[in-house]
Amino acid sequence: MNFIYDLHRTMMSQKLILVYQGDFTQESTKSILSMAERNLDSSGEESSIKRKVFNVMAEALQNIVKYSDELIDGQSRSHTAIFLIGKEANRYSIMSGNPVQKSRVERLKKTLEHINGLDKEGLKGLYKDIIRNTTISEKGGAGLGFVDMARKSGEKLEFEFPEMNNNYCFFCLKVNVPRENE
Amino acid sequence: MEILNLEGTEDTPKIMLDKAHGIFEISGRSLPEDSAEFYAPVLEWIERYSEDPNPSTEFVFKLEYFNTSSSKLILDVLSALEDIKDMKIAWYFHDDDEDMEEAGQEFSELVEIPFDFKIY
Repeated sequence: MNFIYDLHRTMMSQKLILVYQGDFTQESTKSILSMAERNLDSSGEESSIKRKVFNVMAEALQNIVKYSDELIDGQSRSHTAIFLIGKEANRYSIMSGNPVQKSRVERLKKTLEHINGLDKEGLKGLYKDIIRNTTISEKGGAGLGFVDMARKSGEKLEFEFPEMNNNYCFFCLKVNVPRENE
Repeated sequence: MEILNLEGTEDTPKIMLDKAHGIFEISGRSLPEDSAEFYAPVLEWIERYSEDPNPSTEFVFKLEYFNTSSSKLILDVLSALEDIKDMKIAWYFHDDDEDMEEAGQEFSELVEIPFDFKIY
């Protein structure tokens, strides 16, 4: 059972304060949010930073609920994704990982790279553009959640797409929220 | 006109729309799973109200947090209010919540309604 200790040590060395792996639904989203909120409250974190962390978490979790692809591996189907929060002296990191079909990877990358290429004003423009011109049912196309995460964090979105198998990549996303107020 | 009164929950806002008492308020947190479904009765109520509105209306937004799919619907609510005579929006935010203040400013740039910004 050494893996328990290994896992614990990894969490300590990566400064992880919350890890959830499993099926993501609106119900689990609410539970994770309230757990993280209690954690931030009890640590006495500044309310403006707390709000930003909450904000980014909510978007990241709802992205998983809505857009994570069901992994079909032979007979077994799974919807398993992972969500993590790290806390370091100077920042929080909100991280997620979920399977996506390879056919979606290029478009996702383009959306994220486009967002990362924009400054504060550019992001604001894109945000207004998207809410004006898209309907809520346009699943996955708009990337409003990513734009919002980039705006709230004030930093670039970090992402990677390691390969899982012939059909799927694992979409890893990391969003940092600085703890020092500028 | 009937009152629309929805209790707030951890992921849906409190809604109070009461023509007789002149109370029009959306407050709290908005991150429903299906925001279009959640806001449908609000939009329907406003549509009926717009047929015979009060001489003037102050519509209050006192949101603590809303997610991006709610932001689309909040814009729909504001658009539905746009053509009602003597309409005014009161947009509340905590004094250290720049993001909520900025969100209100952006909405005010997207619709033709005067906004009052208020700290609470």
